[in-house]
Formats: sequence, structure tokens, C-alpha cells
Amino acid sequence: MGDYFVLAISCIFVNNILLAQFLGNCPFLGTSKKMETATGMAMAVVFVLVMAGIITWITDTYLLKPLDIEFLRTLSFILIIASLVQFVEMFLKKSIPALYAGLGIFLPLITTNCAVMGVCLININEEYTFMQSLVSSFSYAVGFGLALILFAGIRERINIARVPKPLQDTSIGLVTAGMIALSFFAFKGMV
Amino acid sequence: MTEALLFMLGIGGVCGLVLSYASKIFYVYEDPRIAMIENNLAGANCGGCGYAGCSSAAQAVVEGKASPSVCVISSSEGIAKVAEIMGMDPGSASPRVANNTCDGGKRANTKYHYLGVNSCKALSGFFGGQRECGVGCLGLGDCIKACNFGAIDMGPDGFPVVDETMCVGCGACENACPKNILQVKTMSERLLDFNQEDGALAPCSQRCPAEINIPKYISEIKKGDYKAAVQTIRMRNPLLLSCGRVCPHPCEDLCRRGIEDEPVSINQLKRFAADYEMKSGTRVPITCAPDNGRKVAVIGGGPAGLSCAYFLRRVGYQVTIFEAMPKLGGIIRYGIPEYRLPKKVLDWEIEGITRLGIETRTNVRFGSDFGLGSLVTAGYEAIFMGIGAWKDYSLGIPGDHLEGCYNGINFLSRSAMGEKLPLGKKACVIGGGNTAVDCARTMLRLGLEKVYMVYRRTRKEMPANEVEIVASEHEGIDFVFLAAPSKVIGNEDGHVTHLEYLKMELGEPDASGRRRPVPVEGSETLLEVDTIVTAIGQSPDASFKEETSRRISELALTRWSTIDNDPTTLQSTSIPYIFTGGDSATGPALVVDAIGAGRRAARSIDLFLKGEKIAPVEKSLQGKRIEESVFTTVPGITPIKRAEMPELPVNERIRSFVEVDQVLPEDQALKEANRCLNCCRTCYNPDNSIKESYNA
Repeated sequence: MGDYFVLAISCIFVNNILLAQFLGNCPFLGTSKKMETATGMAMAVVFVLVMAGIITWITDTYLLKPLDIEFLRTLSFILIIASLVQFVEMFLKKSIPALYAGLGIFLPLITTNCAVMGVCLININEEYTFMQSLVSSFSYAVGFGLALILFAGIRERINIARVPKPLQDTSIGLVTAGMIALSFFAFKGMV
Repeated sequence: MTEALLFMLGIGGVCGLVLSYASKIFYVYEDPRIAMIENNLAGANCGGCGYAGCSSAAQAVVEGKASPSVCVISSSEGIAKVAEIMGMDPGSASPRVANNTCDGGKRANTKYHYLGVNSCKALSGFFGGQRECGVGCLGLGDCIKACNFGAIDMGPDGFPVVDETMCVGCGACENACPKNILQVKTMSERLLDFNQEDGALAPCSQRCPAEINIPKYISEIKKGDYKAAVQTIRMRNPLLLSCGRVCPHPCEDLCRRGIEDEPVSINQLKRFAADYEMKSGTRVPITCAPDNGRKVAVIGGGPAGLSCAYFLRRVGYQVTIFEAMPKLGGIIRYGIPEYRLPKKVLDWEIEGITRLGIETRTNVRFGSDFGLGSLVTAGYEAIFMGIGAWKDYSLGIPGDHLEGCYNGINFLSRSAMGEKLPLGKKACVIGGGNTAVDCARTMLRLGLEKVYMVYRRTRKEMPANEVEIVASEHEGIDFVFLAAPSKVIGNEDGHVTHLEYLKMELGEPDASGRRRPVPVEGSETLLEVDTIVTAIGQSPDASFKEETSRRISELALTRWSTIDNDPTTLQSTSIPYIFTGGDSATGPALVVDAIGAGRRAARSIDLFLKGEKIAPVEKSLQGKRIEESVFTTVPGITPIKRAEMPELPVNERIRSFVEVDQVLPEDQALKEANRCLNCCRTCYNPDNSIKESYNA
């Protein structure tokens, strides 16, 4: 149990997918202008990442490894994640319309999110067990959401501050992201 | 290798099967219009509309939460198609564009220095902003930050400027603006917009019955952009050539320069811009919203009817004008003489309006040739009655029916149609209004030797325009003031020989504030004349009520024979689909009043046909003055002489109907335009210290 806790902490803070591994930077900058969109995106990522983590782990362990065709990993994962997102979208629309409306456009958008793909591949490379990859997927997603929401809060304030013209918008965003990443570096000694 | 191939094929097949099966299980009924609308949106999923992707936007349109013009990058055809799918009026689907109504910027005085958060929203929390003007732009540019399309920039004068070519009309700036200054509206909405108490309005615009944005068109003339000036005037007034000639310009009375100096000659500048368009030979194009297929009848082709038809046509209605006389124009054709408004000019102006696609039927009189029933059967859904006030009041004294007695409007319209009336040598006109002056000056031009004007008060109380009175004095018309006609005396043939009148003196002021004339006992005097024209006022000709259906007999009239209406919405009080305006609603008034009323009625008709409640405009100004824009002194003015109106010399003009007043030459017009202070509600550009006030 303790191991899972350590794994979760390391995934959320120490190896934060956005601020330590720098994966999924396009939604990080694209959807962080408003708190509302950032929250929507964070929820969608949690949802998809957990589902994708489970399915890809199963595919890898029971199909790719026994058949000795690991070189098809990337290709098959893309196909699986894309279909999964489509499936989830249909399922939600029918069964939980409220959640579907809440996630809106972000659900199909993360079909092509590299954070999702990255986490699935990390799970395999680190040779996690099923439970471990479940925890890691969930924690990475929470870390993603945490960073995104923190960043959106900061950007909303930057919006009403006097920023020199050459630094406005995305440039000050990147500078800020760098500084948050530095502050997350402090977690390095924890685990 | 085979395993790899099989694996990929297998996984592809499984995914495909699962998805196709899932799409059956998880099928949700969706309004087919959503997909149809989505096909007509841009499909970029850009989020510019504020909805999460194109399908959400399409859904919002179907649910009625968004307008057909929701897509910010869609073309106008795309918008029209969406409107068609929704069965909506495409008129309301014309593209929306942002507009900054405040151009005061830094020139308004500062109340305090603000060093807080760089946002209009925060600043407006402190006593509504740092400037003395309560409605104006705060200048911190929340709208610029809100715009996703780079269409707004901070201009050099401290207020944001919208680049209309970049603007997609998403409305983000309007939402971001804590004042009501940035407005995102369609052309149709702008056309039917009315002055409001909290508007950024100059004193002249507050007063103008047609609500023209006067400082805007004058500054466009200043810049030499005469076409833009014409377009600005046409947003509110389709009869700019006529108004530029005959309007008594109440706006100039309130001109802020007029407090320290002579007022700006606003109307001459309007005429200059209008004449520029006519002389250039090419018409400035007028845009109309797409046709919405709904029919409106306009009875009466006078200024009110033309104005109502013009605005309804521009917002997308099919309009037909029914006119009793042989040509359109109403009182401005048949009541205003040729020397003030040449028929050629009027024809050019009216052609510009009718060629927008307005049908006209002339020589048909409401009540005799057609009735309410025929209009309703022909599919007209609303009716505007602008029948004017053509019935002259009669004198009601003994002998007023003798040979040689005429009535004002009747006389003017008959001579305008070219009828040769048997006039004598000496004539008198009874009355002191514009119609009376027109009659007198017309008779002079028809070759009479002597023309008197008989008025029961003094020159000061004459309701006619000052310029008209001065011109008639120059032309040699004799005035008999303080005279009340008591009897018309004729000879054995029943022809007029004399007018007997009583001398009057001024007594106590009456309800209108003018001193009431009181007759002097035994002061009967004879005036030797052989023609008498009575021009003492008119009322609408209500004879249509006698001859048609029962329904029209329900139309309520006031005791002055005007159509009883709600003065704010102009809807008749008795029959909901009848609207009115102009002289038939108010009794004789100014041309520009009728034009304003035509537009007001067009707004009500638009609301009526859309099935919305015809509510008066909120905080409607309706010619009232805004308290804070009333000044007693205006610092920073150096008196500059007002441009003189060029007119034909008296001896050249008095025997012909050639136009008397001439247009300003271009250099004079530019000089006059530069006298304008470009006022707004409280701020203005003083003559000398523009730079200093900007830095303050």
C-alpha cells in the first residue's frame, strides 16, 4: 500500500507529466487562458488517461509480448486510444449526458494528446504491474490537472497586469511555466 | 511477420466492429437540423463563438440560445443558409460588427489618478471610472484583451478603434466592456437604434428629431470623406438632399459653439455632402439585409412614408408605397415650392430610395381606390399610415368662399402640379407659418404685383423659419402684423375686392408662451386685394373613414383628426397592425420630425412582425436634453465667422422658380466643418488647446 502511495506522489509531483517531463504542452498553453476551460480539460484527461492506461497495459501484456511484436506498440496504441476516445464519447453521450456536456470539445481533442500516449508508454517501459499502471495513470492525470489549473490561475492574473509588449501572451506564459517547473524541481528530493 | 500483420488487421477489425456496434447501442436521437447547421458552419472548432466546438454551436442555434450568425468566421451565405434551416428571418442574420461609440478618450476631464489594476472592469468599480464623463471609454483596453482576432487597437487619442475588416462580431469585447460603449450589432440593429439617456451624444444629436450622428458626419467631411458622411446621414435620414434644403435645423440652436460664438452651420454641411453625392453622378451604395419575404404597406409617399419604407426595406421587408398623388414626395413635392426644393433634386433623391426595391403605386387614394380590406387580403401584414395633414383649416369669416379665395396647401399643390390659377394683381396671405411664407413667395414668382402677409401677432412670434422670413422681406413682401381678418368683401360678380381686418394688441401670454393678441374695438381696416390665400394650419384628411370597411371605422382619431397613437411606439391605439407617424400623427410639423417618426414606426413594425412585444425604447431620449451636457460657458473658443449661405440675388430670383439657396463651395464647407468642436456628451475639442487637454 505504501508503495502505491509513493508511486502516486512521485507521479503527481516529482515526475509531473507537464512540469518535469514536458509532455502535453500544447493543451497546457492552449487551454490555460481561462480557469473554466482548464478545469474541463483536466477532467477529460483524468478520464481518458485512466481508461487508456488500463487498455494499453492489457494489450501489451496479453497480446504484444506473447506474440513478440513489441515493435508495433506505438502504432497499435494510437489506434486503440483513438477508438477508445470515440467509444467513450458515444457512451457518455447516451449514459451520462451531463458529463458529456461538461467535457465538451476536450474529449475528442485529447485523442492526439502526447501526455496520454506518453503515460501509456511509461507504464510499459517501467514494467509496472496492472495495479501500478492504474495508479500511475491516474496520478499522472491528476498531476496534469494540478499543473494546468495552477497555471490557469496565474495566467488569469497576468492578463490584468502590465506586461511589456514583447512578452505578452504566450511568451510570458512560457516564462511562467518555466518558473513553475523550477519550483516543482524542489520535489526532487522527496522520493 | 504474419503475426504482426494479423495482429494489426485483428486490432483494426475489433476496433471497427466495437465502434460500429457501439454507435447502434449508444444511438441518441439528435435534431437533424444540428447536423445540417454544422455542415454550414466553418468547421474549424476554433471556439471563437464561445461554444465548445462547431457541434455545440450548432446545438445552441437549434436550441435558440445563439443566433444564426453565431459562427465568427462563416461567410454571409453560410449565415443565410443557417437562418434558412432554422426558418428564421435572415435580416436578423446579417453580420454583426463592433463599434466604439465613444470618441472622447483622454479629452474628458480626469477626476482622480488611478494607479491600480490595469483593467477597465476594476477601474469602473471606483466611482465609475477616473473621468468626469459617466458614460465614456475608460481607456484601459479590456476590449482589446478580450478580442481574439486582433480587431481592436488602442488609438492615439486614448480610446480603442475597431478595424471592421478584422471584426467577426463575436461579442467578446461587448461583454468585456464595463460601460455600454462598445456595441456589437448588425446593420439592421444599428438602423433601428434610438438615442438613449445614457448615450454618448452631442447636444446637436440629442436635439435632432431624426437622431443623426451629427459630429460624426461633420468630422468625415473634415477628413474629405464625403461619401462616408453621406452614409452616416443615411443611417438616420434618407432624405438628405431635401432636409439639407428645407430643414429649420433645430440642432443648430443647441450647438455648443453657439454659446460663445455663432453655431456651426450644420444643415449647410449636410446639404454640401448630399449635393456632393448628386453632383458626382454616382450613388453611394446602400446595403440592405437579405429579403425576408414579409410584406408591409405604406400609405402615403411623403417624408414619413418614405422614411418608414426605406428603413423597413433596409432591414429586409418587402414594402409597397401607395400614393394618392401622381408622384411620390407628399408635402415636400406639393407643399414646398420649386425655388426652395427643385423637383429635379427631389426626383433624384426619391429614385435612390425606390431603387432599393420598394414598389410604388401612385394615383391610388386610400378609401376610394383601395381600402384596409384589400391590403389585408393582398397579404400585407402591417400598415404604416403616413397620410400627412392636407386639409386646410378654413378662415370661418363671412365671405371666405368668394372667388379669389384659396387655401394654403391646396394652392401650393395645385401650382406645383402646374395648374394655371386665375390670380389677380394684389394678394394677401393670412397666417405666419412656413406654408404662409411659401404661398406668398410663390405668388410673387407667379407674377403678382403686390403680396401682403397678414398675421395676427408680431414678427417675433411668427412660427416660420427665420431665414424664410428674411428672404421674403428681401423679395419685397409687405407684412401686416397684429391684424385679424374679420370679413372678405366682394363685388357684384362674387369676386374678392378687399379684406377687412381688426387691429390687435398683445395681451397676456397664452399656453404656448406667446402673448395672446387681443382685438382693438372699432379698428376695422380695409386692405385692397383681389386674391386671398389662407394658410392658418392643416389637419389630416380623414375622409377615408367614410367610405370603406367597418374595420377602418374602428380606427380612433383624435379631435384634431390625427390618428390616435402611442407616441413612443407609434402603434395606433385601436387597430394593432396600423402604425402611423409624421403629420398624420402629430398635425403639421417639420419634415425631419416625420423622418424620425418613420424610423420609429419601422422599429415598431419590425418588432410587431417578429411577434415581439412592442415596448418603447428603454431610457429613450426623444429629443429631451441630457442634463450634464447643458453648458452655460464653453472655455477655449475663438470666435470664427460662420459660413454665409450663398443665395441668388433678389432681382434674379423673384420672377422665376430657380432655387434661391445655393450650396457651399468646397473650401467654405471644409472651413465650416473645422468650426465643429466634435462634441460628445460633456467633452469637446476646444479651438486652441487640443494638445494641452490631451496631456492633462
